[in-house]
Amino acid sequence: MNLRTKTLLIISLTALILIAIVINSFFIEASSLTTNFPMRNMPPSFEHIFGTDWMGRDMFTRTLKGLGLSIQVGAFASIVSTIIAVILTFVSRLNKYLDSFVNWLIDLFASIPHLLVIILVSISLGGGLFGVIIAVGVSHWTSLTRVLRAEIKQINTFEYIALSKSFGKSNLWITGKHFLPLVLTQIILGTILIFPHAIMHEASVTFLGFGLSPHEPAIGIILSESMKYLATGAWWLAFFPGLSLLLIILIFDLIGDNLRKLLDPTKAHE
Amino acid sequence: MNYKSLGKFLSYKLIRLVLLLVAVSLISFLLIDLSPIDPVKSYIGEVSVSPEQVAKLEAFWGVNEPITTKLINWLGNLLHGDFGTSLIYRVPVIDVISERFFASLTLMFSSWLISGVLGFVFGVLAGMHKGTWIDKAVKVYCYILLAAPTFWIALILLMVFSVDLGWFPTGLGVPVGKLAENVTFFEWLDRLILPAITLSLLGVAQIAMYTRDKLVNVLSDDYILFAKARGENGWNLIKRHGIRNIILPALTLQFLSFNELFGGAVLVEQVFSYPGIGQAAVAAGLRSDVPLLLAIVLFSTLFVFCGNAIADALYNFVDPRIKEGESSE
Repeated sequence: MNLRTKTLLIISLTALILIAIVINSFFIEASSLTTNFPMRNMPPSFEHIFGTDWMGRDMFTRTLKGLGLSIQVGAFASIVSTIIAVILTFVSRLNKYLDSFVNWLIDLFASIPHLLVIILVSISLGGGLFGVIIAVGVSHWTSLTRVLRAEIKQINTFEYIALSKSFGKSNLWITGKHFLPLVLTQIILGTILIFPHAIMHEASVTFLGFGLSPHEPAIGIILSESMKYLATGAWWLAFFPGLSLLLIILIFDLIGDNLRKLLDPTKAHE
Repeated sequence: MNYKSLGKFLSYKLIRLVLLLVAVSLISFLLIDLSPIDPVKSYIGEVSVSPEQVAKLEAFWGVNEPITTKLINWLGNLLHGDFGTSLIYRVPVIDVISERFFASLTLMFSSWLISGVLGFVFGVLAGMHKGTWIDKAVKVYCYILLAAPTFWIALILLMVFSVDLGWFPTGLGVPVGKLAENVTFFEWLDRLILPAITLSLLGVAQIAMYTRDKLVNVLSDDYILFAKARGENGWNLIKRHGIRNIILPALTLQFLSFNELFGGAVLVEQVFSYPGIGQAAVAAGLRSDVPLLLAIVLFSTLFVFCGNAIADALYNFVDPRIKEGESSE
């Protein structure tokens, strides 16, 4: 088995896990999360591998449902942020003033602590799940825009761009034919790399209590709820959901690393 | 050092800072104004009041005035150093900020220092012994810690050290039944250790990973081969040719991490109930304390900006290669 097949295999297997979690979370009905008081605060066993909480709900089911939500929010945020990044990058190519404006915008957003940006935007949208999702979605474009802008600047110095211009090709044509193919790899990788950040921020903000109602099974909510039961020794309430989130994030890192191997021709032989 | 260019650099940074703060205050003010937050409601809380009193309060805060008037009033007050009164703590915002920021800065600075030193040492060790078990152990640690949610690590540490082992108090920045001024140094230290350790553990990962990669890069350079051929080896080789090349980029990165440091502090303070600026930010956000929230946004932006400016200055004025390049111009 050569490296290429191995890389492809890793990517498809991990992607399959993520998709399975999302699809599965759609089928977890509210009925399977009903309270079951005789079974409350049970440590992990074969029946409930993540244990049960103070209302007797199965923590494994709740965690899976929460992970499904996290991945969906992550997907939405990555796509929205990538679109914003791409638009800003190509706007910055139009003229000098727009370029410094985009640069200033990046600096501005990178200077406010990211968590506060998310909190501010979600408050301005009236909070709730909607507010958090939008806030996470519109705040992750800075790093990708910076990377794309640097890339574009470099490509701009190439001779064939100048040649294209003197042939009378329009700006749009050059962007589509010369720039886009070269930065496509960065765009795809950038989208994947935003995922873990977005998931982590969504979990953090919901953990702090913004957005979701306390009954929603999101990882942040589950963990902030578990804080109340730490003193009683119910360690499984916090341990397993957090560990699952960590694994999901590791999976995304793995996909990102392997995808880079496949897509980046300069690193193909490492 | 070239004082003239340093002065130019500083004045340039100062102008940028002023522009940045103006923009941040405008944007955050607009965002808050868009939101359906009702300051009167959050001030009143659960107390029942008559409609006339509500109307009085509304007039007092100028709720129904146009946004331009509100904005001009707020900005005018800011220029006089008046940030308003916090709705939840019922004291001037500036008092809350100064008290809380001090607590947070202690926490952030100690973990910044610990994570910087430890991360650099781990990174150098891993880079020196590339491919051995040390390298692998550091790498695994970094990968896991970089993927771990901050608040989860904080919860786990709280569970193990405070609940199970009982070494540290669970939460509360001040022991129950004591005033903040009467806390002894050790009681206060007792509550600082665990949050600081949590933040450090997380901070180590980034800097260690970066230092390792840099050192591996440097060690594959030709001059290292030459130095080896001359008979240099071991720690001396690393010290003379490795560390000197990587310490400045690593330090720069550490200064650039103020943004994440602040985010981490918010989460850690929430878990450990450490009475810092992050906890105040969360309370202000959840309970619609607009003046406090806006002030925290401004001050934390200032904090992050300082980190970035120091990183820039290090890069421009301390790096001998860039300094030389400038003077030859």
